[in-house]
Amino acid sequence: MTSIPGVADANAPAPQPRELQAHPGRGDRYFNRGASLSGVIVLSVMAAVGLFLGIEAWQALSATGFSFLTTAEWQPDRNKFGIAEVMLGTVLIALVAGIVAFPIAMSAALFITEVAPKWLRSSLVALVDLMAAVPSVVYGLWGLFLLQGQVVGVSRWINTWFGWIPFFAVDGADPNSPLSAATVYTASTLVAGIVVAMMVMPIQCVVMREVFSQVPVGEREGAFALGSTRWGMIRVVSIPFGRGGIIGGTMLGLGRALGETIAVLLIISPVFQINFHVLQQGSNSVSSLIALRYSEASDFSLSALMAAGLVLFGATLVVNFTASWFVARSRSGASSEA
Amino acid sequence: MTAAISQRDADAQQPLTTVIARRSSAAAVAPPRRAIGGTSRQDAMVLVGAGVSSLCTTMLLFGRLTSLSGRLGFVIVWFLIFLGIYAALLSLTEDRPAVVDRVMAALLTSASVLAGVALASVIIFVLWRGRTALVHSNFFTQDLSVTGPSEPLSVGGITHAIAGTLIMTAISLVITVPLGVACAVFLNETRSRATSLVRTVVTAMTALPSILAGLFIFATWVLILGFPRSGLAASIAMSIMMLPIIIRSADVVLRLVPGNLREASAALGAPQWRTVWQIVLPTARSGLTTAVILGVARGVGETAPVLLTAGFTNTMNVNPTKNPMVSLPLAAFKLVSAAEPNLIARGFATAAVLMLLVLILFTAARILGGRPVGRLTKRQARAATAQSARDRVRIDGMSSSANRVPQEMS
Repeated sequence: MTSIPGVADANAPAPQPRELQAHPGRGDRYFNRGASLSGVIVLSVMAAVGLFLGIEAWQALSATGFSFLTTAEWQPDRNKFGIAEVMLGTVLIALVAGIVAFPIAMSAALFITEVAPKWLRSSLVALVDLMAAVPSVVYGLWGLFLLQGQVVGVSRWINTWFGWIPFFAVDGADPNSPLSAATVYTASTLVAGIVVAMMVMPIQCVVMREVFSQVPVGEREGAFALGSTRWGMIRVVSIPFGRGGIIGGTMLGLGRALGETIAVLLIISPVFQINFHVLQQGSNSVSSLIALRYSEASDFSLSALMAAGLVLFGATLVVNFTASWFVARSRSGASSEA
Repeated sequence: MTAAISQRDADAQQPLTTVIARRSSAAAVAPPRRAIGGTSRQDAMVLVGAGVSSLCTTMLLFGRLTSLSGRLGFVIVWFLIFLGIYAALLSLTEDRPAVVDRVMAALLTSASVLAGVALASVIIFVLWRGRTALVHSNFFTQDLSVTGPSEPLSVGGITHAIAGTLIMTAISLVITVPLGVACAVFLNETRSRATSLVRTVVTAMTALPSILAGLFIFATWVLILGFPRSGLAASIAMSIMMLPIIIRSADVVLRLVPGNLREASAALGAPQWRTVWQIVLPTARSGLTTAVILGVARGVGETAPVLLTAGFTNTMNVNPTKNPMVSLPLAAFKLVSAAEPNLIARGFATAAVLMLLVLILFTAARILGGRPVGRLTKRQARAATAQSARDRVRIDGMSSSANRVPQEMS
């Protein structure tokens, strides 16, 4: 019988799977260690920021306890300080920014993906990216010297007609006298919010555009084939598909709005009393509080600022993780992974 | 056999066959081709008509019915009246879904126009307000050390801020580029279990409010370690802001490097570090450059961390380790905070310089990033071809010498 070389004897035991073992050389060991080290450094920097804020804030937090969250004043030397006012101001500014930025961001995202002619698209994308890249101090200057004068008229109009809504009330404004001073409307939460909206809008728009551009072609064309208009297609296909991205992008923008410092600092005139009136002069935010007071001498007041920073840090982390959870969970995210 | 065939033929003869009616050639006129895109004349007329009539209505009504004042109010009222008239005009000829479609398209378009106009107004306004200071050449060649607050714009400038920004950016780059790229490599090329944790933390870090980065460095570096407020401290704070941006963009770019390049390299026996160093990173070079430039554009514009850590000065300081140093955004912020008109003009000019710097960086990033991963520029392609030719000569030489040896032996 001729045995064919290479063909295994049927009676022979089946070959065991070989054990695969990589023996990285010295170069690879160093490479892996170096890469891991960089990861560890990045991790530890982030952890250090959080931990350090926590440790430093402890002194102030233990001195005030729960009242830190409810006190509006900021007088660490007299042991009376809390973030009720600054946090309220921060949230109000972020809300105004969100309300102004969201419709523009969403419309721009839909315009870029659905309406704009093809040759215009890439330049529009570049324009939105450029808006995100403009430094915040530039937006601050623009808001303070140009926008504020324009917004005052709108503020006065809103106050005249909708002043009965407590949100839009302004103390010290007299709608019946056209000569009343315009200064009660300046340096308000509204102006600061609009300026922050300029920075928030591109962030939201980028995320939404990304999601809208992933809408399956089949579903879009199905809608058209059933006789839908373009808006009908957007309403029943694009927006439901991109819901996760819309929510996530909006929240990402809010996270940015919470932490904005310089533009807010330039525009608002800081006050330390609870002020719900978005049109009225005087507001405050955590980050501008820190920027104003960081040079105070005593250790204790710095610790109080750290505590305020810690709360801001926590708030941004929560908002951002929720946002990325939404973006990742949305159907659009799932289809892009496949 | 024959029976079956004849049966099939009989089936074929049945009236089941479809007969396509022939077009009678000359009589039928081809139906006119419908235009499926573009705007018809009527659309344009409706649009223009709505625009003009709403403008006239606004001019009549504005100031009487509304107490809105200022140009912004005028534009808002105009826009609202325009939408109303546009919808009314369309509903004369179209049905409801079509009207809704057109009005929504108009809304989407105008929102984008609004964004564009806002950006243009920011850029133009800052340049316009800064023009009085920008036209003096001394603005770029002097510092403000001997210039009083009310001195004319022909004296003093912002060299100290330009130098400060350059030095701080350079130091931050030295810190962030190796660390950022190494971390992106760690995320993509190693199979460590920690990658998802690191990726999550980096994502969280992009959201870190810039003032907190400044506060962190101020409290640790300046207050606890006792170093002075200096350019170095500001660079470290800036690095904390730039690092996550660079890592995230680089991470995305490295993920786009085709896996078969890595496999080919591994199959040729290259160790992993060589694969990364000679295959992965060069392939992603343009994308990595973009990542770094985007990081720089973000870092250059940061004011809050620099405010807390660098101090403020009006004099030139090129030593980052001691004495205060000032950057462009910080100088702009401090200058406009003063009430002197000349200082405000200088502040605007400083902001304009900063903005132009960011614009240039941004354009560079767009040009470099416009190329997909691994696509070469003409010069790179020439260099690669030349290298291949040299390799071929080398390999030919080796093989021919290898062939020659046995001949000489024999």
